[in-house]
Amino acid sequence: MELETIKPTEAELKARRNRSVAIALALAAFVIIVYVVSMVRMGA
Amino acid sequence: MSLVEKNALEDAGLRLSEATAADFFALLKPRVMSLVVFTAFVGLVAAPVHTNPLIALVAVLAIAVGAGASGALNMWYDAEVDAVMKRTASRPIPAGRIRPGEALAFGLVLSAFSVMTLGVFVNWLAAALLAFTIVFYAVIYTMWLKRRTPQNIVIGGAAGAIPPVIGWAAATGSVSLESIILFLIIFLWTPPHFWALALFKKDEYARAGIPMMPNVAGIPSTKRQIFAYTLIIFPVGVLPAVLGYASLGYGVVAGGLGAAFVWYAWKVLMMSEDDRTMKPAKALFAYSLLYLFAIFTAYLADVVASRMLAMAGA
Repeated sequence: MELETIKPTEAELKARRNRSVAIALALAAFVIIVYVVSMVRMGA
Repeated sequence: MSLVEKNALEDAGLRLSEATAADFFALLKPRVMSLVVFTAFVGLVAAPVHTNPLIALVAVLAIAVGAGASGALNMWYDAEVDAVMKRTASRPIPAGRIRPGEALAFGLVLSAFSVMTLGVFVNWLAAALLAFTIVFYAVIYTMWLKRRTPQNIVIGGAAGAIPPVIGWAAATGSVSLESIILFLIIFLWTPPHFWALALFKKDEYARAGIPMMPNVAGIPSTKRQIFAYTLIIFPVGVLPAVLGYASLGYGVVAGGLGAAFVWYAWKVLMMSEDDRTMKPAKALFAYSLLYLFAIFTAYLADVVASRMLAMAGA
């Protein structure tokens, strides 16, 4: 029996890519902040 | 796919969301956030201690995200009210771009994230104040006061007034009278600002069932109360100069801005009962925004100028 799946529309895939990029950028920014703040704190 | 099938799948939450990052950013109420960032920054810079610029940046970012998170929680809870008001109907949830559950999760995650970041990287007093602000705005104001009393924005205004205190606490680890005066300026500014809006949006608030002051106490009473608040904010705006926290120059600027605020409120007080255009109320609303940015800019400029003078004299 063929499994029933939901095929995402082009608009849904595009929106998901957009959200993924935003999350990746936010996480990268957070990692940089943690690193730099740790350096500043250890330096102090 | 037929529309019926599409809707059934969406109802079951099986479809991918079409919300973009910009829609989630809109949940943070960027315009309100800009005010929060600015006033928190002034509180942080005005504090009489040196703060590492990077720690200051992290503090302002965390405060901004925390304020945005409370905005997202507000939009989640108020989605039905927002849908019936022209001013808010295009927000992401009533417009159908973001599901309520997504907004709730987004708001809760960012709330926890911003408070923890501020606590770990800056200090826990500032983090506790930020947590209090988020709970106060999302729970006390949005869920409780907003639909129950015409004093909703008066009491709820405390949430919007705290950011300079958080900024000050982030720099010093304490709260002082100086930061409380900055709190008072925003707190007393809130009623004339929102009641001016409520005067010319009276019908929309009535449709949404929100008991704003003009709908409950009537327009004449609201106009009198607006005028009374501007009479109180006038001396409070000058207080930093009177108490020696700011220069005479700041006092003159704050006095001029406060006098203009009273003047705009006077025009509203004198507004005819038959005036359907409500031009004086619209003018007061626009001026109130200018007032807050201008008085905080004047305070910031005064603090920076006095430090530069002190450094030049040293």
